Amino acid sequence: MKSLEELRAIREKMQNQVSMRAEDHTHTRVVVGMATCGIASGARPVLNALSSLVQEKGLTGKVAVTQTGCIGLCQYEPIVEVMEPGKPKVTYIKMNPDKAAEVVERHLIGGHVVEKYTLASADIK
Amino acid sequence: MYRSHVLVCGGTGCTSSGSQKIMEKLKEELEKQGLSDEVAVVQTGCHGLCALGPIMIVYPDASFYSMVKEEDIPEIVSEHLLKGRVVKRLLYQETVTPAGVKALIDTDFYKKQHRIALRNCGIINPEVIEEYIGTGGYQALGKVLTEMTPDDVIQVLLDSGLRGRGGGGFPTGLKWKLAKQNDADQKYVCCNADEGDPGAFMDRSILEGDPHAVLEAMAIAGYAIGASQGYIYVRAEYPIAVQRLKIAIDQAREMELLGKDIFGTGFNFDIDLRLGAGAFVCGEETALMTSIEGNRGEPRPRPPFPAQKGLFGKPTILNNVETYANIPQIILNGPEWFASMGTEKSKGTKVFALGGKIHNTGLVEIPMGTTLREVIEEIGGGIPGGKKFKAAQTGGPSGGCIPAEHFDIPIDYDNLISIGSMMGSGGLIVMDETDCMVDIAKFFLEFTVEESCGKCTPCRIGTKRMLEILTKITKGQATMEDLDKLEDLCYYIKENSACGLGQTAPNPVLSTLRYFRSEYEAHIKEKRCPAGVCKALLSYHIDPDKCKGCTLCARSCPNNAISGTVRNPHMIDQEKCIKCGACMEKCKFGAIYKQ
Repeated sequence: MKSLEELRAIREKMQNQVSMRAEDHTHTRVVVGMATCGIASGARPVLNALSSLVQEKGLTGKVAVTQTGCIGLCQYEPIVEVMEPGKPKVTYIKMNPDKAAEVVERHLIGGHVVEKYTLASADIK
Repeated sequence: MYRSHVLVCGGTGCTSSGSQKIMEKLKEELEKQGLSDEVAVVQTGCHGLCALGPIMIVYPDASFYSMVKEEDIPEIVSEHLLKGRVVKRLLYQETVTPAGVKALIDTDFYKKQHRIALRNCGIINPEVIEEYIGTGGYQALGKVLTEMTPDDVIQVLLDSGLRGRGGGGFPTGLKWKLAKQNDADQKYVCCNADEGDPGAFMDRSILEGDPHAVLEAMAIAGYAIGASQGYIYVRAEYPIAVQRLKIAIDQAREMELLGKDIFGTGFNFDIDLRLGAGAFVCGEETALMTSIEGNRGEPRPRPPFPAQKGLFGKPTILNNVETYANIPQIILNGPEWFASMGTEKSKGTKVFALGGKIHNTGLVEIPMGTTLREVIEEIGGGIPGGKKFKAAQTGGPSGGCIPAEHFDIPIDYDNLISIGSMMGSGGLIVMDETDCMVDIAKFFLEFTVEESCGKCTPCRIGTKRMLEILTKITKGQATMEDLDKLEDLCYYIKENSACGLGQTAPNPVLSTLRYFRSEYEAHIKEKRCPAGVCKALLSYHIDPDKCKGCTLCARSCPNNAISGTVRNPHMIDQEKCIKCGACMEKCKFGAIYKQ
């Protein structure tokens, strides 16, 4: 290795992956419903997209992407819940990888809830 | 990119409880369920809870599975890794609460620990240099080479208050300063990884879990004292550590973090491995260097100290593995950070290998000044079977016992010496009321007699005579004069031996005499072993009132020493009895007792 820049480049590349292995109570948790209903309606690509984007954007120090079971709203799957410490839970419904990318960009990075995809904005009767 | 990392412990403890098979099975099952592209399997070093191995941690949710079995893997994969339903039944039960799963760092075992030397152990894959770099690895070396002078580096270490973790507690900065002051065409940096104390495995765990930290620190040392060559002297009995060190050195050379012109600064440094052949004395610094030179591992007199004339007659520094593992963090975080932890004269943390009569056998790193009570009762989970704490042994064959009266003493170098023990390299063996202190002293003396290199008379012959007297005591054949003779011999050997091995060999006897003299006297005067360990002083008896005549004891006796007929009380023939205790274990009525 001939320069510190080379070292820094490797560090930055690896840091986002390794920092997933931390235990931090201040993490924002992004939870994808991965029960049978979720998987059947396409939750896995959503989960993978979220996880990859969080790592690519260097958010692993702040955001943990995990799965959960069925939350009982099977007709709205794939469901993604975002739990930020000290804020009310936001539930996104009928997600796909593109919508997930938007959530990462606007919500996790930008700090604004993407209202149009939330359960609150859905027309539930 | 992987959405989840599954860490499987690949330390010696978990490897021996089958973690390699777990890892293979896990990979196979992930493949089968089509998750290999989403979930990464990472082999790491030791997590510390060796008693609960094999250990597996799933990130990002940090679920801690303990005592994992091969047949549990399909369930963990399909439930947890696919559907996100944590298999609570298989989790480390300490983390399972009615309110949900609590974080590992909130469990009793981890919450009082502070991991510096072990910070990467159990987190990174030690066989992948990029993972080490990802956690800040080699940044300290970069900083030292580009921003600091050798004197700056030494000053940082002096200010940090770091002392040698191999047991002696000599200030590391001072050691480096002395070596730097001596001019020579060649100097050497050595690492003592010849961890020989029975029950100690801190250095092994660091080498297995984070080998690059040691390499990086050695390169920093090389820069500070002006050396271009390093040697790691590691026990051949640590095959996993040796293997990972080899991989680490190769990778560091590949990336030119070892070799010529590191970071383009013109600094050259390389490291080679030397394997020990199993002699305990080779952990002594001069014997270690003699062994690296290719000679029989025997100590030589000091002075000259290694800083003046060490390896191949050149100025040399020799530090322990754990000492090195602290150094990159001290460089990056500053000496004030390190000095803010610990006690007045002992800064930072210390890694201990907990063993003996304790629930959580394993590896812990605690700030200096933590009390023995916290280590044993809180972190260690107390003594199994509701037995009473008797003593803790620290420092191995060179150390001594800490009795219950010092249970609240803050652990640091000076406190331990003041109560007749020593920090040692960090083995901490817990003993309960069923351990005989004379027998413990005898065990350590057997070890030193075996391991004495034979170069000097006090150690070679003196320890042998001590062992003979101890054996006499445990057989009930000793007199009070023998006890006096034993004590005199202790002081004589301490004062006259050539190296640390002999000078400290009497410590186990001296410290048990200091705190448990009554036990020695019971063996001698009353021909009785209060803990019921020394076989020659024991006899097994059957209480005729309790014996139901079931014949189970007679059938389990390997020497046919028990006689009796069905439904009538049995008898033990004391002539024939070999005191194995098999009958006592078998008896369902508690009719057999020993005295």
